[in-house]
Amino acid sequence: MGRCGGDRQAEHLPTRWPQLLDPGTLEAVVLTMGSKQTVFTREQLEEYQDCTFFTRKEIMRLFYRYQDLAPQLVPLDYTGCPAVKVPYELIGSMPELKDNPFRQRIAQVFSDDGDGHMTLDNFLDMFSVMSEMAPRDLKAYYAFKIYDFNNDDYICAWDLEQTVTRLTRGELSAEEVSLVCEKVLDEADSDHDGRLSLEDFRNMILRAPDFLSTFHIRI
Amino acid sequence: MIANVKCKPWKMEKKIEVLREAKKFVSENEGALGKGKGKRWFAFKMMMSKKWAKFLRDFENFKAACVPWENKIKAIESQFGSSVASYFLFLRWMYGVNMVLFILTFSLIMLPEYLWGLPYGSLPRKTVPRAEEASAANFGVLYDFNGLAQYSVLFYGYYDNKRTIGWLNFRLPLSYFLVGIMCIGYSFVVVLKAMTKNIGDDGGGDDNTFNFSWKVFCSWDYLIGNPETADNKFNSITMNFKEAITEERAAQVEENVHLIRFLRFLANFFVFLTLGASGYLIFWAVKRSQEFAQQDPDTLGWWEKNEMNMVMSLLGMFCPTLFDLFAELEDYHPLIALKWLLGRIFALLLGNLYVFILALMDEINNKIEEEKHVKANITLWEANMIKAYNASLSGNTTGPPFFVHPADVPRGPCWETMVGQEFVRLTVSDVLTTYVTILIGDFLRACFVRFCNYCWCWDLEYGYPSYTEFDISGNVLALIFNQGMIWMGSFFAPSLPGINILRLHTSMYFQCWAVMCCNVPEARVFKASRSNNFYLGMLLLILFLSTMPVLYMIVSLPPSFDCGPFSGKNRMFEVIGETLENDFPSWMAKILRQLSNPGLVIAVVLVMALTIYYLNATAKGQKAANLDLKKKMKMQALENKMRNKKMAAARAECRSLQPVDSNFLSLPEDQKSSFPSSSKVMTHVKFQRTSFGEQLLCSTLDGIPDVFINEGCLSPPRARKISMLL
Repeated sequence: MGRCGGDRQAEHLPTRWPQLLDPGTLEAVVLTMGSKQTVFTREQLEEYQDCTFFTRKEIMRLFYRYQDLAPQLVPLDYTGCPAVKVPYELIGSMPELKDNPFRQRIAQVFSDDGDGHMTLDNFLDMFSVMSEMAPRDLKAYYAFKIYDFNNDDYICAWDLEQTVTRLTRGELSAEEVSLVCEKVLDEADSDHDGRLSLEDFRNMILRAPDFLSTFHIRI
Repeated sequence: MIANVKCKPWKMEKKIEVLREAKKFVSENEGALGKGKGKRWFAFKMMMSKKWAKFLRDFENFKAACVPWENKIKAIESQFGSSVASYFLFLRWMYGVNMVLFILTFSLIMLPEYLWGLPYGSLPRKTVPRAEEASAANFGVLYDFNGLAQYSVLFYGYYDNKRTIGWLNFRLPLSYFLVGIMCIGYSFVVVLKAMTKNIGDDGGGDDNTFNFSWKVFCSWDYLIGNPETADNKFNSITMNFKEAITEERAAQVEENVHLIRFLRFLANFFVFLTLGASGYLIFWAVKRSQEFAQQDPDTLGWWEKNEMNMVMSLLGMFCPTLFDLFAELEDYHPLIALKWLLGRIFALLLGNLYVFILALMDEINNKIEEEKHVKANITLWEANMIKAYNASLSGNTTGPPFFVHPADVPRGPCWETMVGQEFVRLTVSDVLTTYVTILIGDFLRACFVRFCNYCWCWDLEYGYPSYTEFDISGNVLALIFNQGMIWMGSFFAPSLPGINILRLHTSMYFQCWAVMCCNVPEARVFKASRSNNFYLGMLLLILFLSTMPVLYMIVSLPPSFDCGPFSGKNRMFEVIGETLENDFPSWMAKILRQLSNPGLVIAVVLVMALTIYYLNATAKGQKAANLDLKKKMKMQALENKMRNKKMAAARAECRSLQPVDSNFLSLPEDQKSSFPSSSKVMTHVKFQRTSFGEQLLCSTLDGIPDVFINEGCLSPPRARKISMLL
């Protein structure tokens, strides 16, 4: 029951889902037919709309941004779900990400294999979570994963050091960095095991007044 | 489920799978119930709610786009940090408040008079007197807001006291009075609302629980997409960290108590001297200006004419620097020193303001006295005119018709216009002083430092004078006091909010440019209050103190008899009574008269006082309960910490048990190294799978459960091997 099965006429008539052929859906089909997009099937677009916080127009816009990153690599027809990954170097050179000190971590967290090379699904996921419509909990979960540099599901002192060093571009002395990390663990580590679990992190970040406004990428 | 799938932290494929299953389930069940129509209604409802959500989102985006100067403030924020930007945010907020005041006064007072009132030259009060006509359009006269500017909609005296004007029967005197009261009321409401909103932000003053954590995890702004801004952001984050670290460390410095106390006493003594000297200087300037007022205006130079304003502005400029100097003696923590400085500047400016008001009251009383003489003169003059008129009627019928030009009619002194003029002049001179100070103090100094650095003995940029830092507190206080002037003067000069709008607008651009071009970020950044409530509190106080004189004047002084919308009445507020009598049906007037019965009013006031007392008591009780709960939470957290420490200690001991063959356990290095041999025996090994890895739980003879945390690669076969070992 793949969504990208060999049915090439899928973009014109939803022959797979006969129970959706009531008048309301036919109208929707007629409207879609008038819009001339041939990149996705109608179901694909609807599924993307249900699984991300984007509207149809935004999804199409995102697709074209993705395609622009690697025009040779990304086909203009996604009805067959091609398995295409855009390498990390191109993702990291997007204007929205290129000045971000955590761009590598972001790409790694949202990519399939943790190597930073992203498929379109990963790309949409990433911007959906970073959009302003995403709820706090979801953002907190992904923020935790981003700041967990060694992927051990805990933010330990080394992770904190990495974060602080990247935030200050190495301008703080080692002593100052370790002081900051100590203070963070002091404040947020409630079970006193020397590192932050997801619970500790969520507890701390959900009360921050400017978390939502800073953890936001506009595209 | 379908609505929530986008909020789940899964990969896209999993989400789509789950979604498809759910949809299948839904469509199967609905098919079974055969609700074709119901589905359409449901779909319609969904569509409407989606459209509504989209509309709301678009509206929010539009509102956000309407807010002006967002980019400028962001640029300043990224270069100077949030405390300097907070001044500009405050300025923008004031701009919004003044915009509302301007719209009120312009559309309800100035525009109707301009459109439907009698034009210039038709009434004596609307015409420049014959004596001043020659110079009425000179720039010097206009700059002083005399001449043509005085006899225009800008000032109180121009307005006619007819009850209704124009074809709409617009009641101008009523509107003038009500708009004045509404401006004050609106200002109170808006300042109080801002303060109460910020009280929530302050979090009861306990914002330090996650200070560093929030700095680490919430300070990078993911929206930044510009390398320069990113640079600025990195710098500001670094500065932020350094400041936080300094604050941490500053808590641990020792002091020499007696010397410090003596120095502080000395500093306060000097401050008192300065305040006293400033008060005396203003008093002396007022006396001198009264003398000048007796003399002929043409013999006075520019300085004598503007001495009062210049003295006040210069004092406001130089005394804060003196206070800063004295504060060097005191050696307080920068945050406390900032609060002392703000308090002293506030006292200085308040003193200036009240001396100014006293001077004005003097003038007003003089003018009211003068009115009596003028009234007597006018009756004489009118008698002469009537005689002449009768003579022209009964005598020559072929002569020109008898006509008295409005410019020739003798005029009463108009104290309200005089008050309005004083405030307008003060505002204008304040603006000019500020701009000149910025140009000379900041810009020329920056140019000098920059260009003369090449040919100077010492390094100008690092030593004296170097670039100026942006003085946040001075600027905010200046803004607050200027706003106080506006509130005081806008009843007598309806144009004042408009002038202020212009001033704030140009200030914004000018100061933004000056800040980016001539100033450097402060080395130590300490905000007076985390949430701006300190400045809002001062604004509220100034609002209260500025409306007191206005209300006093409205209630107790008689309006001038021949100028303004209330001329002819005994007191200004009588316009309300008049409207009630004439415009409302008689039964309403009767009811309102009953309502203003003193007994009823006293009862209402008593009830309000009791309500205030009750609410205050409730608030206090709740705050105490809040603090209690916080204390309990802290105790609980401490207890947890102690318990965890004990567990950690026990864990360390438990770790001292050496496994026979460590190859079977893939533990990280640090745990491996802490494996000395020990005599404790592990009695029980439990294997548990959790969502983020697998935990090996073992308990010792003491019965304290212990935890080996594994990096998620412990598989059941390995666990079995461990249990075999033990």
